[in-house]
Amino acid sequence: MMTKKISDSIRRVDAVDKAGGYTQYISDMSFDELHYGRLVRGLRSHARITHIDLPALPDGYYFITKDHIPEGGKNEIQQIGTDWPVFADDEVTFYGETIGILVGPDREKVLEIERSISIEYEKLEAVFTIDDGLAMKTGLINGTNNTYADYHLNKGDVDAGFARADQIIEDEITTGFQEHLYMEPQGMVAQYVDGDYIITASCQCPFYLRKAVANVLNTDKEHIIVRQAVTGGAFGGKEHFPDIIAAPLVVAARVVGKPIQVVFDRKDDISFTAKRHPSRGIFRTGLDKEGNIVAMDVDVTINAGAYMSCSNIVLQRAIFSINSVYDIPNVHVRGRSVATNAFPSDAFRGFGAPQGIFLAEMHLSHIASHLGIDPASYKQRYFISKGDTTITNGLMHDEVKLPLMLEKAAEASDLYEKQRLYATGSGKGMGVSFYNHGAGFTGNGEKEIIKARLRMKKHRNGHVDILLSNVEMGQGLQTTFPKIAAAILEIPMEDISCDNPDTSIVPDSGPTVASRSLMVVGKLVERASQQLKERWDESPEVEVEVKYIHPEGCQWDQETLQGDAYPTYGWGVCIVEVEVDPATAEVETKGIWTVHDVGIAIDEMIVHGQVNGGVIQSLGYGSLEKLEYKDGRFYQNTLADYMIPTSMDFPMMSSQLVDNPYENGPFGAKGLGELVFDGASAAFADAVQQAIGKNINRIPVTPEYIMEVMNS
Amino acid sequence: MSTITFRLNEKNISLEADPASRLLDLLREDLGLSAVKEGCGEGECGACSVLKDGVLVNSCMVPVGTIEHCSIETLEGLRETDEGRCIIEAFADTGAVQCGFCTPGMVMASIALLRSNARPTLEEIKVALSGNLCRCTGYDMIIKGVQLAAERGDGIW
Repeated sequence: MMTKKISDSIRRVDAVDKAGGYTQYISDMSFDELHYGRLVRGLRSHARITHIDLPALPDGYYFITKDHIPEGGKNEIQQIGTDWPVFADDEVTFYGETIGILVGPDREKVLEIERSISIEYEKLEAVFTIDDGLAMKTGLINGTNNTYADYHLNKGDVDAGFARADQIIEDEITTGFQEHLYMEPQGMVAQYVDGDYIITASCQCPFYLRKAVANVLNTDKEHIIVRQAVTGGAFGGKEHFPDIIAAPLVVAARVVGKPIQVVFDRKDDISFTAKRHPSRGIFRTGLDKEGNIVAMDVDVTINAGAYMSCSNIVLQRAIFSINSVYDIPNVHVRGRSVATNAFPSDAFRGFGAPQGIFLAEMHLSHIASHLGIDPASYKQRYFISKGDTTITNGLMHDEVKLPLMLEKAAEASDLYEKQRLYATGSGKGMGVSFYNHGAGFTGNGEKEIIKARLRMKKHRNGHVDILLSNVEMGQGLQTTFPKIAAAILEIPMEDISCDNPDTSIVPDSGPTVASRSLMVVGKLVERASQQLKERWDESPEVEVEVKYIHPEGCQWDQETLQGDAYPTYGWGVCIVEVEVDPATAEVETKGIWTVHDVGIAIDEMIVHGQVNGGVIQSLGYGSLEKLEYKDGRFYQNTLADYMIPTSMDFPMMSSQLVDNPYENGPFGAKGLGELVFDGASAAFADAVQQAIGKNINRIPVTPEYIMEVMNS
Repeated sequence: MSTITFRLNEKNISLEADPASRLLDLLREDLGLSAVKEGCGEGECGACSVLKDGVLVNSCMVPVGTIEHCSIETLEGLRETDEGRCIIEAFADTGAVQCGFCTPGMVMASIALLRSNARPTLEEIKVALSGNLCRCTGYDMIIKGVQLAAERGDGIW
């Protein structure tokens, strides 16, 4: 019986097995007659394939290409669009595009054969940057203007606002690529058994994988069974990218007739998987004589790469985040996702929001510095409140607790005293960022696209199964879902199972993305548990099924991007203290303080784990994680040159929560997995600019970049 | 191929292996010890941490030829011991485990630390874990796990 509060921490159900090394990940699992697959990639940025010189293959070895796609199957992967082919179709459009897959029983032999494949190309011109893509330097990659989307948001009257402006502040701010660096590289095994394709994968979205490959195989979805393997971190990197591996792999599995494993080594994983979109924001902001904003015009572009993937949805979130926690009058935002020959970018924790928030936070800080006002004080003028109008002309339904949260963060960090002591340019600085994250899918996506379903089943022995498709990938769902059920059913956690999903067993409760799982699917667990409790004694076995119900009062038009973009938001304040060495420009982070509103924490220890991990990942993004695209490929491709934070890089952090229950989340919980990433990089950059007394315009803020800024 | 004789988890073992091959592959593939994870294969992430004569090493960087007559300890040999249980339980209690892929290596690094320094300072813990990368936790709860294991393990370490 659970008599404690829902927030009180319990042990994660998977902790001991994982810490003891008992847990089997995909590369630990045994399969009879396991074969090994290697993706053979086109190592050109843009080229026509003129000849493939393949050595004579020994018996039992195969080179699978588009010619092996079953009759009636298509050489296209069904994602949001269908532009990304399974196998490059005569032309390679980015460095690393799949041409074929080499398969055989001995891994070393497969690697040896791979080295002796020679591919001849006719070189074509390529573009890699946002500007070169927009200028169509090499002609068209997509559409009529090399964009996948070109959106406009208008709030108020921008022209009338600018007409009242006393001065205009202009800014150009950019963010770079970021590699997910989940500790477990991409991996899966596919097999073809009696007409069924079985994919066992480290992944976030089993039903996405099923959909992605169905048209390739020209088979019913029921003949594709996806089983999630224990997933060693994902962060968005295992949302869509597994589709790109699974599609050629299932084609091969049908031909070879044996289970085939593809596990990336780390160098391949950094070199040849999707990253966070680089972004740029060009701001023009009008101020009146008192320094108040009267209008803002923003041009946001993201480098989407050679295929669309989910870039337009990322772009939507990026432009919706341009005003994040602020109610700013008279705003126009243009957003474009730009086609280039760069590796296609894709989902990464925050999904455009970290970019939009960073751009906006830095711009507002620059305005404040220009006016000689402390940025945090200046930003407070524009805090959005309940009932205010959002950037998509929707209504802010949340009670916004930012003033209280700032007060708590300021007290914990001794913000005002330190601001008094550390003069601008003194080498010491306090940076503050404010952020929110729309929890769940944009607009009416849950209602129109996902339509989540969930089942719970009581067995004769009283044991309860929760059947859903959301995966445990480190964030704790296999603890929090049963915890919700246990609290309602008033039975011990041990009597409830929530196993890794298998698409032939579980209903589709949607993908494990968009900070939706605990809030939206957790609500279904809550409702199903209530129904099961009412019907508990009906018969020895009871099964209930629940469907998603859209919150009342949330209106959205996906065509015009107008209305309530999200049903609710998580909120955050982050304060970072730094000291910059004047000689080396090395930055030492002296303190990190956060306060978050995640509704109600379902488990405080799990929430603090998310906060800690998300903030450090964001500080890595802001300070260390330099990933350049040079000569048409990722220049950093090992852990020796792509730096992520170690235990030595940042101090222990202080994190607090404020309660603000959300009626459509279980026990009042809201989504939080991405929120906790969204703001720390801006707080870090803000702290550095206070310390050096000059504007920071991009991340990562490396010592080399600080030196460049200080010398300018 | 040559015959390699070494001590693995307190048992003597002798087998045929390529001396230039990686200890990581010998442990995972030939001996089925899957608590040893491959995170990078280049000695940077620590997921494949084992103890070689009591010293923490990345098994991906150790050629099999160099372990002749050495003692190799993996998590499989330690998880049922007082030391192993102490760390594993402490990690579970402090929330040190998320996706879990780095965790076996973190447990090995923690054992190596506490064996040589039963009451480490915060800074000593950070240094001891600095060769083991984690992308989920931000490290605080792992560090607290080591502190708790040190506290609870009076007499073990």
